Amino acid sequence: MPMRSIWRTLDRGLARDIGLVCLADGVVGLSYGAISVGGGLPLWVPVLLSIVVFAGASQFLFVGIVAAGGSPIAAMAAGLLVNTRHIAFGLAVSDVIGSGWRRWPGSHLMTDENVAFAMRQDELKQRRAAYWAGGIGIFVCWNIGVVIGGLAGSVITDTDVFGLDAAFPAVLLALVLPALRDRSTRTAALVGVVIALIATPFLPAGLPVLLALAGMLFYRAGKPALEEAPNE
Amino acid sequence: MNNTPLVLVAIGVLAVGTFSMRFAGPALRSRFEMPERAQQFLAAAAIVLLTALVATSALTEGHGPAGIARPAGVLVGGILAWRKAPFVLVVVAAAATAAGLRLLGVP
Repeated sequence: MPMRSIWRTLDRGLARDIGLVCLADGVVGLSYGAISVGGGLPLWVPVLLSIVVFAGASQFLFVGIVAAGGSPIAAMAAGLLVNTRHIAFGLAVSDVIGSGWRRWPGSHLMTDENVAFAMRQDELKQRRAAYWAGGIGIFVCWNIGVVIGGLAGSVITDTDVFGLDAAFPAVLLALVLPALRDRSTRTAALVGVVIALIATPFLPAGLPVLLALAGMLFYRAGKPALEEAPNE
Repeated sequence: MNNTPLVLVAIGVLAVGTFSMRFAGPALRSRFEMPERAQQFLAAAAIVLLTALVATSALTEGHGPAGIARPAGVLVGGILAWRKAPFVLVVVAAAATAAGLRLLGVP
């Protein structure tokens, strides 16, 4: 899909919503850059990660482990584990990304946010526009934020003061709510949530969310068949 | 940080591994046509993952609970979204609730 056509397809409301999320991502990027440099890492580490990995949660984990003196290999493994969910996202949005050369930049631009924006749209054309506009916008804002945050050092390290840690789950929740009107999807998602929450205290980051996929056993069941629930 | 080559290798492997996971779906799909039902199943799976991500990021921090301010903010945002409030309001209200509670000393 050519760029001009992306902008023509996006209605103003959607463009504004995507812009807001890009801005919020940029602020989180600021804090990530500042935390990394404040933790004693050279600026190129958070910046390089943001460009070539471009996955916020795994980047925070990576710099957290390395800055604390942990092994870079352990940091890499933790990051890979957190990013495994992209396999399922890629399967779900592959028609949105398109074919041919577009698959390369399109895959790299995959984030929780633009996948959720795409799933929220009804028609393929709108899904494509939301995915690409979200992906490009977040990539640009995130990387600019990281560089500025890294250069500014310890100016903004705690975005919790602004409540941004609550804004991100709220963004994703608002985007998945319409899909949860479908009873079967909702059941699968609720089972998945329970599994992920139970697993969180015991398993490394990333794995609990992945385990939530077990909720898909209940997909198309129509109603929850609790008697047949597999024992955890 | 004193081991630059090792950090570079770790970043490289993380980048290649992450890209491969992102690319797997699009690469597979260009080889064969996916039936409608499989398509629906995969879409639902993505929603399940995103919902679990909402729950864990709203309620937990590391291996423990996330306190009160953050879940409260997400709850306010969630209720507004459910009542079909504008997206901007959902996001701002969630952040403002959490920030406001913290200002009052709520963890």
